[in-house]
Amino acid sequence: MTSVPASAGWRFKAPSVIPGFGLTLGFSLAYLTLIILIPLSGLVWRTASLGWTDFWTIAFDRRTLKALEISFGTALIAAAVNVVFGTIVAWVLVRYNFPGRRIVDAMVDLPFALPTAVAGIALTTLYAPNGWIGALLAPLGIKVAYTPLGIIIALVFIGLPFVVRTVQPIMEEIDKGVEEVAATLGATRFQTVWRVLFPGLSPAILTGFALAFARGVGEYGSVIFIAGNLPYVSEIAPLLIVIRLEEYDYAAATAIATIMLTLSFAMLLFINLVQAWSRKRYG
Amino acid sequence: MEVRVAHVRKEFDRFTALRDVSLDIRSGELIALLGPSGSGKTTLLRLIAGLERPTKGAIFFGDEDASLKTVQERNVGFVFQHYALFRHMTVAENIGFGLKVRRHNRPPDAEIRRRASELLDLVQLTGLEKRYPAQLSGGQRQRVALARALAIEPRVLLLDEPFGALDAQVRRELRRWLREIHDKTGHTTVFVTHDQEEALELADRVVVMSQGRIEQVGTADDVYDTPNSPFVFSFIGESSMLPVKVEKGEVWIADRAIGIAAPDTPDGEAVLYFRPHDIELLEGSGGCIAGTVAASRRVAGTRHVELEVGGDRQRVELEIPTSHPASEKTRIAFRPKKWKLFPAAG
Repeated sequence: MTSVPASAGWRFKAPSVIPGFGLTLGFSLAYLTLIILIPLSGLVWRTASLGWTDFWTIAFDRRTLKALEISFGTALIAAAVNVVFGTIVAWVLVRYNFPGRRIVDAMVDLPFALPTAVAGIALTTLYAPNGWIGALLAPLGIKVAYTPLGIIIALVFIGLPFVVRTVQPIMEEIDKGVEEVAATLGATRFQTVWRVLFPGLSPAILTGFALAFARGVGEYGSVIFIAGNLPYVSEIAPLLIVIRLEEYDYAAATAIATIMLTLSFAMLLFINLVQAWSRKRYG
Repeated sequence: MEVRVAHVRKEFDRFTALRDVSLDIRSGELIALLGPSGSGKTTLLRLIAGLERPTKGAIFFGDEDASLKTVQERNVGFVFQHYALFRHMTVAENIGFGLKVRRHNRPPDAEIRRRASELLDLVQLTGLEKRYPAQLSGGQRQRVALARALAIEPRVLLLDEPFGALDAQVRRELRRWLREIHDKTGHTTVFVTHDQEEALELADRVVVMSQGRIEQVGTADDVYDTPNSPFVFSFIGESSMLPVKVEKGEVWIADRAIGIAAPDTPDGEAVLYFRPHDIELLEGSGGCIAGTVAASRRVAGTRHVELEVGGDRQRVELEIPTSHPASEKTRIAFRPKKWKLFPAAG
């Protein structure tokens, strides 16, 4: 716990006995600049050369808007699905001991390691109307492959480990006494989970959500196989960027990229602020 | 609320934590479960709370068999050593939690708030409703935990090493304060501690436990002055012991009678227990225990000496006045003023 007096005010460098502040800050900034800032500002700079009118035309092109909507919409839904099921998976892994627990635990990381194209092809084979699962769903009138639903499934697959791996360590640290106290106070199991445990996990869940969402927005490899890539229906923004590039329309590609960048940054910033707020409250 | 523990046995896998424990707790009593770690005191407390189920036996609240009820239905207040406060709730929300989760006769929010601030007054934390647990000191957190337990009007209040995580000064302060709260509210209270000073000072009666059994139940005077087993004698307060022999109603060390009569003790090997400070120093050599000083330390107002007694150089500790000119190799003769004989183990 830090206990900085409120009256201390803002200072450039908090006095600290740990040396190396200047060195490490300098290194971090230089590194971030090289790896992230320069490429991204190149992107913005390239877009800026386009001029406002052209930019607006590209940005508000119906196909662009639709692609962005699909990208962000499916990523949001997939992240939301992952929050629910990822938290349940983490809970099972942390709370119960069963044969094969370690194997399941290791399996969670597979989406990290698997080439995304492999995942995309595997999912497409399964969910295509003549695939194992697709064949079962087809009679019910549910089409998965080549629809936004397919995109969501691919993104759920890709995003799962982000939620599990952020929530799991926090879950392991839950003090058993807190649950027991809630029980002695008369709380049912559901009330304990919902009112006591869940709020404690919410910052971690939010982080997991943000990571899964960010990954989903940027995902390309697995989606293009299962999505079918019909313009206005199941075409994602990253694919549209690639299409524009193949048409040598670099200006349009960078413009869409800049919009994605801005939207992603705004959403991640918002999530970060929510987190900072909740951390400040709960310590 | 009277609590009766009847022939309770508790096993964890192959480990037996409690063996046939019976205990009657009177209504409104403040009782301490005292024992070393692994003695089963916390297990007994958790069984009363309903956080564990007995392998055998039953626990009664009044005439009602509480072992048939779940934790939620028992209506007990439980306080943990590490507070177990809800981090994301304010102090007031923590205290009001037990009322808020009620299904039946849940009081209105305004009433819950009023009750929380009333309890904060009781635990002397007036005005801290809006704080979060992270913003409180250890002692304050434990007060909040107690207020939270009291909020549900528990039938029994159970405290598991409530002051264990606090430093010595806060501990003493909270001890006195807990006694006051108890006298004010009159809840039947059971607390677990391994600190005998805490148990003796705070509790109406002390339950001394060892290895899953209750060794003795009694007031501070009872367990200190008339311990009923070698364990209780050596666990409570300072004690010294010497292996002796009983013959013809007299106590012998090697071939010397030490001037202690033991008419009711059967002949044979025995162990003599006494308090190191409860002795008289003697001159001469007859009818006393004699030995040479092996080590001596000054401790506060007295001097502790280690004496080697008899041919097999059994060491015993004594407290003597600082004015006594004892140094190493000095011969000291003494006789305990009060003592207790227990048959030799095995």
